[in-house]
Amino acid sequence: MKKLLIALLLAPIAGMLIAGPAFAAEEGYPLDHAPIDRSDLVSLQAGARTFVNYCLSCHSAHFMRYNRLEELRLTPQEIEDNLMLASDKIGSTMKVAMSPKDGKKWFAVAPPDLSVIARARGADWLYTYLRTFYRDPKSATGWNNAVFPHVGMPHVLWTLQGERALETKTVKQEGESKVEYQWTQLTPGALTEPQYDATVRDLVNYLVYMSEPAELVRRRIGVVVLFVLGILFVLTYLLKREYWKDVK
Amino acid sequence: MASRMTALWDWIDSRMPTLGEEYRKHLSEYYAPKNFNFWYYFGSLALLVLVIQIVSGIFLTMNYKPDAALAFGSVEYIMRDVSGGWIIRYIHSTGASAFFIVVYLHMFRGLLYGSHRQPRELVWIFGMLIYLSLMAEAFFGYLLPWGQMSYWGAQVIVNLFNAIPFIGPDVSLWIRGDYVVSDATLNRFFAFHVIAIPLVLLALVVVHLLALHDVGSNNPDGIEIKKKKDANGRPLDGIPFHPYYTVKDIVGVVVFLAIFAFVVFFVPNGGGHFLESNNFLPANPLQTPPEIAPVWYFTPYYSILRAVPPMFDSQFPGVLAMGGAVLIFFFLPWLDRSPVKSIRYRGPLFKIALTVFVVSFFVLGYLGTVPTNAWGQFGPWLGNAQRCTVIARIFGALYFLFFFLMPWYTARDKTKPVPERVTMH
Amino acid sequence: MSDKEKIDKTRRNLLVATSVAGGAATVGAAVPFVASMWPSERAKAAGAPVDVDISRLRPGELRTYAWRRQPVWVFRRTPDMLQDIKKDDGVVSDPTSEVLHQPAYAKNEYRSRTPELAVIIGVCTHLGCTPIEKPASDKADMGAAWNGGFYCPCHGSMYDFAGRVYKGVPAPTNLWIPRYMHLSDNKIVIGKDEQGEA
Repeated sequence: MKKLLIALLLAPIAGMLIAGPAFAAEEGYPLDHAPIDRSDLVSLQAGARTFVNYCLSCHSAHFMRYNRLEELRLTPQEIEDNLMLASDKIGSTMKVAMSPKDGKKWFAVAPPDLSVIARARGADWLYTYLRTFYRDPKSATGWNNAVFPHVGMPHVLWTLQGERALETKTVKQEGESKVEYQWTQLTPGALTEPQYDATVRDLVNYLVYMSEPAELVRRRIGVVVLFVLGILFVLTYLLKREYWKDVK
Repeated sequence: MASRMTALWDWIDSRMPTLGEEYRKHLSEYYAPKNFNFWYYFGSLALLVLVIQIVSGIFLTMNYKPDAALAFGSVEYIMRDVSGGWIIRYIHSTGASAFFIVVYLHMFRGLLYGSHRQPRELVWIFGMLIYLSLMAEAFFGYLLPWGQMSYWGAQVIVNLFNAIPFIGPDVSLWIRGDYVVSDATLNRFFAFHVIAIPLVLLALVVVHLLALHDVGSNNPDGIEIKKKKDANGRPLDGIPFHPYYTVKDIVGVVVFLAIFAFVVFFVPNGGGHFLESNNFLPANPLQTPPEIAPVWYFTPYYSILRAVPPMFDSQFPGVLAMGGAVLIFFFLPWLDRSPVKSIRYRGPLFKIALTVFVVSFFVLGYLGTVPTNAWGQFGPWLGNAQRCTVIARIFGALYFLFFFLMPWYTARDKTKPVPERVTMH
Repeated sequence: MSDKEKIDKTRRNLLVATSVAGGAATVGAAVPFVASMWPSERAKAAGAPVDVDISRLRPGELRTYAWRRQPVWVFRRTPDMLQDIKKDDGVVSDPTSEVLHQPAYAKNEYRSRTPELAVIIGVCTHLGCTPIEKPASDKADMGAAWNGGFYCPCHGSMYDFAGRVYKGVPAPTNLWIPRYMHLSDNKIVIGKDEQGEA
């Protein structure tokens, strides 16, 4: 019986091996790992500022309330002075000035709401996306993106990164074709590359936080819950053993 | 104090003796076999998850808005603006997947020990009806967040009904209440999910348990404990469900809750399988996501659907195969011709067949999560066929053969002698 | 103690310990569900304090503002009205505002921070209708002894210009005064004072 159980439990793994290795269909630009630290409040505050200054003119985040930013150890006064552009109340949500109709007219598609974009796309995708815009005279905005080809969004952060060009070459190596990417800096930006990467990292950190603010507290509560269940396990097990002494 | 409680109980008992009678019949004098093992936890756990889903569901309904324009936002409202809302949401989303894990393990116990065999065929049939209702409940519930996967998953599945000859498109129109999945569909799926199917589920669970208690529980040795009774008419190998199995099942509950809590608080996304990334994009009727896959618990059947090629210009054979893969479970009590119930005393043919079945279920399940071109193509020697499709066809065939060949291999199998009394392990 | 007694004692202790722990855990588990029914952030934001510009409020003028979905009267009383309030000391049931329907700074003869500016929640304390302003001159409707105030059309309750309830009317208590403060000569905020938000 034991042998059978072991066989049955290993069967799924055998199944996977029999079925063959899954070739991850990795098409497109390889994603960089986003080096975000969700507990770094300074990074989150900086990211919030970048978001409000650069993104909120076109994108809304209308599930995020300004007063929630007090979680990032900002005082209501700091939030009102630095992060609220219009005369909104601090309890209001991050709405955008541009209407969806205008957005559709100007950009072919209304800029999506960014409240949960990090849960939909993932931090790595966002981190790479924001750092791989390049000049493309053939596009409507003059910009294109390596991770999201023909995106309708222009490179809003271009003053920080500068303008770059991208050349893609398909190279045949050992019978397999590989794509090589060649980046060139056309004009410098206000920030150096490591500084720009840090700015984007903070922005992505903020986007990840914004898509699930409860994450800050979720794990801590989880530890307490598991601890309580551990105690309950000991007690209920002892109780069970006590009663089952009767059963032969 | 104690005498007051006794007096109160006597007052109630004299006016409603049913309470005490049912308590004795189903708990303190329900004699269950004393050799229940690990596989016997999943029935009570399934009942627990049902309660968890109902309670968390009620609280979600307090803030959810079943309107196409408001649904997605109302879920985020629950996640952010409602105190403790995120806990309730994660409990409900984790509970949905937990329900299927527990139910699949519960069904597997049945396959292992012959719980579907005479005289428990009706218990098995009620259980299968519960399984079908559960799949419907999950399907209707999944539309409610109104994300991209919600919308397009519903669109694809409802469109399957188009394949029914002659009446198909009208059936789809009737289910949807509109030409495409829309607000009308959302509202009615909400009604089904919140009240209609939960009532059906509750009724089915009650008759499932009543049918079981009428014939008595099976056990890992597959022998009937009622055959050997003591002087008082109680089974020699039976113990009262209360207190022995109530106290044992509580341990199972605590362990289950620990795993459940770990998921809720540390990995609520379930690696992208419990909460799918694409579902955090609001539903867009004008843009289909590049990959639509159902939630993991439907993927084995989805694989079978995709594996069947169109025949006579119709997808209907695929739909029939998918439906057949679920419905064939109903026939299990009559396909199984073995003289013994439990796998412990069956021969090698059944053990091999069951292993192959489990492997097929997992492989088909995995294949259902990836697009059909995920593993590339075979060479021209196999007509450049997609590897995934070929493998799905092979394992789909094996899946069905487990059932189709069962009358033959269970009858032929070399069984071992079955003991007179239960064995404890 | 016999063996059986020892077993029973162990059994009882374990039962009690497990029940207590289990009960505590269940209460803990119930917390998020109960908490979810309190006003959400959105409800609280909608109920946030309201800034009011009083620079254009003329003497004798009353304007109504919404705060937490309730009508709040912001009322610049004239010196005559303030005199009339004093005259009503004998006809109101709680002239010194003993019942705590106002913050500490409004527990005075005019039930406000400054005599001139009144901030009163216009919800009758009987069954919640909105009373109507009736000036002192309206003796034809309200009787010769009327000194001006508010009249509730639903069941006839009457209040003076400080929101104090008359004796012998259905309403039991004075009108509520919300938390408020003067931000400047021209601005007040309803729903907030030095001690925080309401």
